[in-house]
Amino acid sequence: MSVGAPESFEKLQTVQPLLEVRNIKKYFPITGGVLRRTIGHVKAVDDVSFTLNEGETLGLVGESGCGKSTLGRVIMRIYEPTEGTLTINGQEISHLKGEALRKLRHQFQMVFQDPYSSLNPRMSVGSLIAEPLLVNRRGSRAQIQEQVESLLAIVGLSPEARVRYPHEFSGGQRQRIAIARALALRPKLIVADEAVSALDVSIQAQILNLLADLRKEFGLSYVFISHNLAVVKHVSDRVAVMYLGRLVELAPKSKLYTQPLHPYTQALLSAAPEPKRHVARERIVLMGDVPSPAKPPSGCAFHTRCPQVMDVCRSLRPELKEHTPGQYVACHIYS
Amino acid sequence: MAEPLLKVRNLRTYFISKNSTVKAVDGVDFEVYPGKVLGIVGESGSGKSMTSLSVMRLVPGPQGKIVEGEILLEGQDLLQLSERAMRDVRGNRIGMIFQEPMSALNPVLKIGEQIGEVLVRHRKVTKAQAKKQAVALLRSVGFPRAEQIVDEYPHQLSGGMRQRAMIAMAMACEPSLLIADEPTTALDVTIQAQVLDLMRSLKEQNGTAILLITHDLGVVAQMADDVVVMYGGQVVEAASADEIFDHPLHPYTQALMASIPVIEEERERLQAIPGTVPSAADFPSGCRFAPRCALAEERCHEQMPELREISLAHAVRCLVVQGKTDRRENAT
Repeated sequence: MSVGAPESFEKLQTVQPLLEVRNIKKYFPITGGVLRRTIGHVKAVDDVSFTLNEGETLGLVGESGCGKSTLGRVIMRIYEPTEGTLTINGQEISHLKGEALRKLRHQFQMVFQDPYSSLNPRMSVGSLIAEPLLVNRRGSRAQIQEQVESLLAIVGLSPEARVRYPHEFSGGQRQRIAIARALALRPKLIVADEAVSALDVSIQAQILNLLADLRKEFGLSYVFISHNLAVVKHVSDRVAVMYLGRLVELAPKSKLYTQPLHPYTQALLSAAPEPKRHVARERIVLMGDVPSPAKPPSGCAFHTRCPQVMDVCRSLRPELKEHTPGQYVACHIYS
Repeated sequence: MAEPLLKVRNLRTYFISKNSTVKAVDGVDFEVYPGKVLGIVGESGSGKSMTSLSVMRLVPGPQGKIVEGEILLEGQDLLQLSERAMRDVRGNRIGMIFQEPMSALNPVLKIGEQIGEVLVRHRKVTKAQAKKQAVALLRSVGFPRAEQIVDEYPHQLSGGMRQRAMIAMAMACEPSLLIADEPTTALDVTIQAQVLDLMRSLKEQNGTAILLITHDLGVVAQMADDVVVMYGGQVVEAASADEIFDHPLHPYTQALMASIPVIEEERERLQAIPGTVPSAADFPSGCRFAPRCALAEERCHEQMPELREISLAHAVRCLVVQGKTDRRENAT
């Protein structure tokens, strides 16, 4: 089913979203001088809002430094947002701490990019997967053992893997272990941050297929963070494009990839090298580098590199507005 | 067609230790033609990077050794040269750029000094002349404020700028061959597009031949004239880029292309390749792809196929594919 179709999209809008991100900001202080006083802020995430429905996958794309990983960590409440509200399953978790937060954590879990550093090398695979179950007191030792084995089967590893250690596995298999661990508490939401970027292409496909199967089987929702536009298109229902801490475009994937509105989305798509010869496509090569998020340009942050820049872009920041049903864009061209 | 600029014949690079022999490169042949881009594609462990290091004779010792083969640059076998003579080739006749510009550049030398060093070493110019030429080179790779950049240090530049500075350095002596090992893998897509554009224009303006090593089929499709696909230290398919992308023949090449998501197409489910890349210390007998191959027959597990040309300038290392063309030829 394509959530991109207008009728189904509207229908989904009426149900309560699983995840609601409202005006989220995450600023990191820059300190300087002998007194280590705050002399500025890195606005890693600067006023981002979106919702995610149950069973839906939202792709989050952007280049390094755009704030996509920080946003993922705010959603996971690894970071506390500077401003804004974060609601999961009807419960606000923006500023929860300690035990109160821990009680809700089983609903949202994360899979990281590097399975070499996200798994404790001194724990066996069995204890790595059992850990979240033990912490949350999910049954007796025997019951937990049983669950570990079924989780290993779900991610396609043999039960013998239990007694082995992460270094004995290849990158793809380690990512399977990380996914089994994330699945242990039956979460509703998984934030996957560049989960397949470190893997070889033939292995990447195995993990993408596994994520798709799990989504169907457990009704999971994903926030899928990646710099790879083709991968994001493959897994997502809707896609959000980030530039310097803000969303510049948010649309069902069918629209985003066929009629991108924002000049940045257009440039990104034209720059993505396709593994095909004879692709007739206009190439837009952007000049310059992404500006530092510590000193973002005035007005629209993209105006320094935008091929269609206008006077108003230098002074006034465009708001993210609905241009056609379901397709949101933050650009003065469309206002 | 013109004479090849670089001709690699039966190259074998092994890592030999007491307990094991790792056959990183195991009998590789290819040619690079003047003004053309040869793309070497493969996954990690396929031997593609070790192939490029072998061409430059930079295989990490003492275990790593080129045990067999010829590397002919304009007819001259680089493997017969002394280390001193080889130093006159590197940076002069062969330019190199690597994936990580930050670790390939000297962090305590100014950009201008690093580019100048190459010119002083190979072209015997004075330091003042070298600096002047460095400014011109930086401008040619697209730095608008080249006069300032020569006096800056690598950490003051962004990733894309560092990679362009590396290209300026590699091009300083106008090499006939540029070896680029994953030149854009560490870069963002919009910056990658800038660097690929620059490499393309260098090829067109200077007629530089490029040996491009990458895991990214997209980059190869955009850049290469000819393609070599590597698996398990061997070439499994070699053809023109149009042939490889339009009519891939080897089951591995076909599987690789079916396993990646493509923007222009809707793919319901990706065709994953089961299993993992074999370890170079312990290759399976017979065809090295056979354990993961959907078309493998019994003989594939026993007999190592040869790399054989089965149509004009299209070579494949696969018993099944070769068998099919043989039958077709016998029938006619």
